[in-house]
Amino acid sequence: MGKILIRGGQVIDPADQRDGPFDILIERGKIAQIQPAIAPNGATVIDATGTLVVPGLVDLHTHLREPGREDKETIATGSAAAARGGFTTICAMPNTTPPADHRGVVDLIHQAAQRCGIVSVHAVGSITKGRQGKELTDFGELFDAGCIALSDDGNPVADSFLMRRALEYAKVFGRPLIQHAEDPALSAGGVMHEGLVSTTLGLRGIPSEAESVLVARDLALAELTGGWVHVAHLSSGASVELIRQAKRRGVHVTCEVTPHHVALTHEAVGTFETRAKVNPPLRTEQDRLALVEGLRDGTIDCIATDHAPHTEWEKDADFDSAPFGISGLETALGVCVETLVKPGLLTWSQLIEKLSINPARIAGLECGTLGVGREADLTLIDPIAQWTVDSQRFASKGRNTPFAGRTLTSVVVRVLRHGVEVSR
Amino acid sequence: MAFATTDLTTQTARWTRKDLLGLRELSAEEIRGILQTAGSFREISLRPIKKVPVLRGKTVVNLFFEASTRTRTSFELAAKRLSADIVNIAPQHSSLSKGETVLDTVRNLEALKVDILVIRHAAAGVPHLIAQHATSSVINAGDGAHEHPTQALLDLFTIQEKKGRIEGLNVSIIGDIAHSRVARSNIWGLTKLGAHVTVCGPPTLIPPQIERLGHVAGGAGVAVTHDLSSAIHGADVLMLLRIQHERQEAMLIPSLREFRLRYGITRERLEAAKPDILIMHPGPVNRGVELDSSVADGPFSVILDQVTNGLAVRMAVLYLVSGAPKVDEEEG
Repeated sequence: MGKILIRGGQVIDPADQRDGPFDILIERGKIAQIQPAIAPNGATVIDATGTLVVPGLVDLHTHLREPGREDKETIATGSAAAARGGFTTICAMPNTTPPADHRGVVDLIHQAAQRCGIVSVHAVGSITKGRQGKELTDFGELFDAGCIALSDDGNPVADSFLMRRALEYAKVFGRPLIQHAEDPALSAGGVMHEGLVSTTLGLRGIPSEAESVLVARDLALAELTGGWVHVAHLSSGASVELIRQAKRRGVHVTCEVTPHHVALTHEAVGTFETRAKVNPPLRTEQDRLALVEGLRDGTIDCIATDHAPHTEWEKDADFDSAPFGISGLETALGVCVETLVKPGLLTWSQLIEKLSINPARIAGLECGTLGVGREADLTLIDPIAQWTVDSQRFASKGRNTPFAGRTLTSVVVRVLRHGVEVSR
Repeated sequence: MAFATTDLTTQTARWTRKDLLGLRELSAEEIRGILQTAGSFREISLRPIKKVPVLRGKTVVNLFFEASTRTRTSFELAAKRLSADIVNIAPQHSSLSKGETVLDTVRNLEALKVDILVIRHAAAGVPHLIAQHATSSVINAGDGAHEHPTQALLDLFTIQEKKGRIEGLNVSIIGDIAHSRVARSNIWGLTKLGAHVTVCGPPTLIPPQIERLGHVAGGAGVAVTHDLSSAIHGADVLMLLRIQHERQEAMLIPSLREFRLRYGITRERLEAAKPDILIMHPGPVNRGVELDSSVADGPFSVILDQVTNGLAVRMAVLYLVSGAPKVDEEEG
């Protein structure tokens, strides 16, 4: 592997508080130098003029569907979609068939990801066997196999006693439990946010409190046990406020929000638009603004896609029957720039922080920053170019996006993982 | 045959839609147009030979994913009286029970060159989904808790017939508003035609922000009360809804007995009502729950008129969405 010089770009590396014009020299897949001006000396030159050079993005929350539902997505197509979206590291949620509740499935995911070699894939193991919420998995085995966290995502851990024990036991490993916060008794049968739109359409609603009730419980249990809870895909303003207060008290909690919850409200459901059916549901403008504020004041640590690919025929169904989920890897950056950076709510540096170093730290990974000696995972972004979302051109098998036809700002120009270009 | 062809032509001129999916998207003008068309069809069912050739050569499919007797029969008779060919597909006969998607079922029917699909489904939005993908006309015969436009149209027709107007009337809808497609369609239809709508029921059966539904310029769409006597007081029309037994299991009401005690319409409760109040119910009635027999069969009840008018309304809707030419052209 030769030397690569990325020349003339605006380097943004929030972890290093770097934001300015730098050249980056890559040798043997690792970052060798970051200097204002580096001479090529035989290196292959990538002209980065006019682009932002940022750490390869990190997604804490990706559904790759393999093993089990390879018609929706595979590790290969999901990896390609990640690279297309500027991500070099993704974390695969365990709700596969069979679920990642033992080493065999975790190994399979890591090996398949390595074989296709596009982005780094880290498995998230499940908290309970079969994600049934009844018996704990062998945490130690799962972490030894390389899981970066555990989660029953898709299902919440509803049993308070079991959640307490899980948080307590997981402390040995210093890794978080990722909770899909939803009280199943309050959300039962619901398909969208409970409010004016659900009332108009006659659809069963899911109140915001289905989330905040469980967030409150988990914060209490994290406080009791000293364990680390990471709350996935926040959707309600009440949850943000609970976490804000808990962080002030020193509770070990981190959390994420998705681009779609930051960009859209339940109005996106319109007249039974199943592409806007997602769990947790899109909520009110007030909730959306509270999520933005949570990102701004640091209550919300990171942005995660909750990339949830589904087939077209499954989404071409009535709203009750259509599966929950949005294919998000390829629109995440553009949606965030459009919603957060362009209106001046976050700076580019703050956005990149939420999309790289912060999720990397939560995952306990070395990536997400551009320090000398680190793996050369980086993404080049044209920050002003615009593009129109055409889901038929996604690398993901999942074309289920409510952003189809939207014009977004910022284009991923190149993605390098371990010094190798993976974006085209 | 004496048939008001000229009336029909003027009405169709106003109707430009392929489908009838709900009353929410219709203008007051379109709703009035349907009611007028229904008026001109009403007389056909009173003739010795109850048939006109308006839809001759058209194929109507009653695609009922959810069991229904009265609505299906009403549509079937309406189609037959207009000389359409009609096919009934019931849940136990449909390949949906074999795991076929709704759209695949519809694609197969369309391959058989049908003209109008009448859809009933337990899930809200199915007629919309089908209408988006089908070239045939779609009529919503009730989708989940969303809309039941022909029921509301026949209710409007009945009120118009009995009261001579809809504008300015006080209409109270009582019972399980949350799960009622009839309530939603009536809220849209009544408010668009200028009635004042109050919904009444226990808080568990009133969906959030229902007061913002309906079409009223510069004010709240509908009023909400949990007190039955205030819903009856001053009302010109009481619309009762069927209370489902499952609501008890879902802890929405403690018991049907408790519901009757607080929200059931009895003769005693009606003593405080206007002397010319109308009692309506989309059926089937739970006698002794939402409505006592003495009221259901009493002088204020127009429940069977609703059924009769349903036929005329459905004939009108079939006719309008079919875009059929006027009768004399058809007959040459």
